[in-house]
Amino acid sequence: MKHAEKTEHISGNSSVLQKLLKVVSGITGTPKGAYNIRQDGKSIDRQSTDNIEIRSKENGQGIEVYVKPGTKGESVHIPVVVDESGFSDVVYNDFFIGDNADIDIVAGCGIHNDGIHLSQHDGVHTFHVGKHAKVRYTEKHYGEGSGSGKKVLNPITVVHLDEDSYLEMETVQIEGVDTTKRVTKGDLKDRAQLVIKEKLMTSGNQNASTEFEVNLNGVDCSANVMSRSVAKGNSFQGFFSKINGNNACAGHSECDAIIMDDACVTAVPEITANHVAASLIHEAAIGKIAGEQITKLMTLGLSQEEAEQEIIRGFLK
Amino acid sequence: MLELKHISFSVTDEAGNQEKEILKDINLTINKDSFVVITGPNGGGKSTLAKIIMGIEKPSQGAILFQGQDITHLDIHERANLGMGFAFQQPVRFKGLTVKDLLHLASHKQKNDQELAQYLNEVGLNASNYINREINASLSGGELKRIEIAMLMAGGAELSLFDEPEAGIDLWSFHNLIKVFEKIRDMKRGSVVIISHQERILNIADEIVVISNGEILTKGTRDEILPRLLSESDTYQFYKARGQQ
Repeated sequence: MKHAEKTEHISGNSSVLQKLLKVVSGITGTPKGAYNIRQDGKSIDRQSTDNIEIRSKENGQGIEVYVKPGTKGESVHIPVVVDESGFSDVVYNDFFIGDNADIDIVAGCGIHNDGIHLSQHDGVHTFHVGKHAKVRYTEKHYGEGSGSGKKVLNPITVVHLDEDSYLEMETVQIEGVDTTKRVTKGDLKDRAQLVIKEKLMTSGNQNASTEFEVNLNGVDCSANVMSRSVAKGNSFQGFFSKINGNNACAGHSECDAIIMDDACVTAVPEITANHVAASLIHEAAIGKIAGEQITKLMTLGLSQEEAEQEIIRGFLK
Repeated sequence: MLELKHISFSVTDEAGNQEKEILKDINLTINKDSFVVITGPNGGGKSTLAKIIMGIEKPSQGAILFQGQDITHLDIHERANLGMGFAFQQPVRFKGLTVKDLLHLASHKQKNDQELAQYLNEVGLNASNYINREINASLSGGELKRIEIAMLMAGGAELSLFDEPEAGIDLWSFHNLIKVFEKIRDMKRGSVVIISHQERILNIADEIVVISNGEILTKGTRDEILPRLLSESDTYQFYKARGQQ
């Protein structure tokens, strides 16, 4: 095991950092496998392994992660924490996944803002997934803090899938982020598969929009985009999805939203078939919690409020 | 254990004028550990009565006493926490919530996974095949009805209400459901009230109550009431026809 770069160790850091790391990436103590922990724009701890190398970019604006071909069962954690009010961070992380590798990547950003200034993190992640490689990519967003300063996250994910490769991306943003614009783009070669699962909850005056654009270029490639969200308070959610079938392929997108209070949800699906053998489906549903669901849970002994919480918990599980 | 005193229920039109009296001065006592079937023609007020007992509808007049306590103004969940359970005519589906989630809630979070699985086995469902299934459209009407019954068992209800358990299921599922009800009757786990048109359910009742036009037409033991219902040929055909749907 080698240490490509080692800076200050996380165990000596604040409880805020420890808590945010746990929430966004499940890290407690020193993580296993390869990792890079970024706090307020700087890498504060990093570890490479024999098969996974993490390097700083030459321009200093992010990292490059190289996974050797055939690497199996290893993980990469790259959490980001912003806890300085007013700090704005942009990072470009590139992942090069070797052929036949099979790995888990856990990213995530936690913002703690006790101040009055806007704190922002824009992570641009680009994946180059090799032939027959498999990647499970998890990204969790979370905001907290007592200040009036806004917490803003704008992730951009670009996925290039080579032949017979597979990438599953799971994104979760449950609370505390004032504004987010998520952009995810993918292009797929022959028999590649892309699965995207998004879970989102907004409240207050939060604003979250999601844009997906997937180009199904290869023969028998497929994409499945699934979004489940809950919009409360005066929040706004936008779901914009474009799937282009440019070959004999299968594309499916699904947006399912629960709307509450005075929230607003818009879903704009776009599917384009540029090939006679492209099979594309979009499903979208927006609605309030069904009254009979609340009644049912009340007959099990839950108050109306508890019933609503339970229904939402299950929906976003 | 349950007393309904002078229960009336009216629905009003949008202008607030009285439109129709669904239930009229219902007086009924359900004894501890009894197995009671409430029957009668469609639109007679049976399901409304079950909903009033559970608190899903509130009576226009009258009082409800459960184990001596006046529960007329208690909300649904408060009645549930006193030991009442309700199985819906059309079981409710959820996105994301699993059979285990609902059994766990039904048991007031008091039972472990093994105990919850046992309730599924008791209603004739292989627990390992069902415990982690979502309560969604992938489950058939018959499966959902049995899961509803398992939930009532898990809750250990003192009074279980079933609103037309035969509705929306095929005959094969109905046959299995009858077996479950027979088991519940024999176990004497609290009182059971079933709203039903089905002769086979009437046949396992301790007591039968006939409601028609919002009133109790007659009530008594199965041996007193069932032969009379069956001897009235029109009524008999009505029940039979429902059973064959």
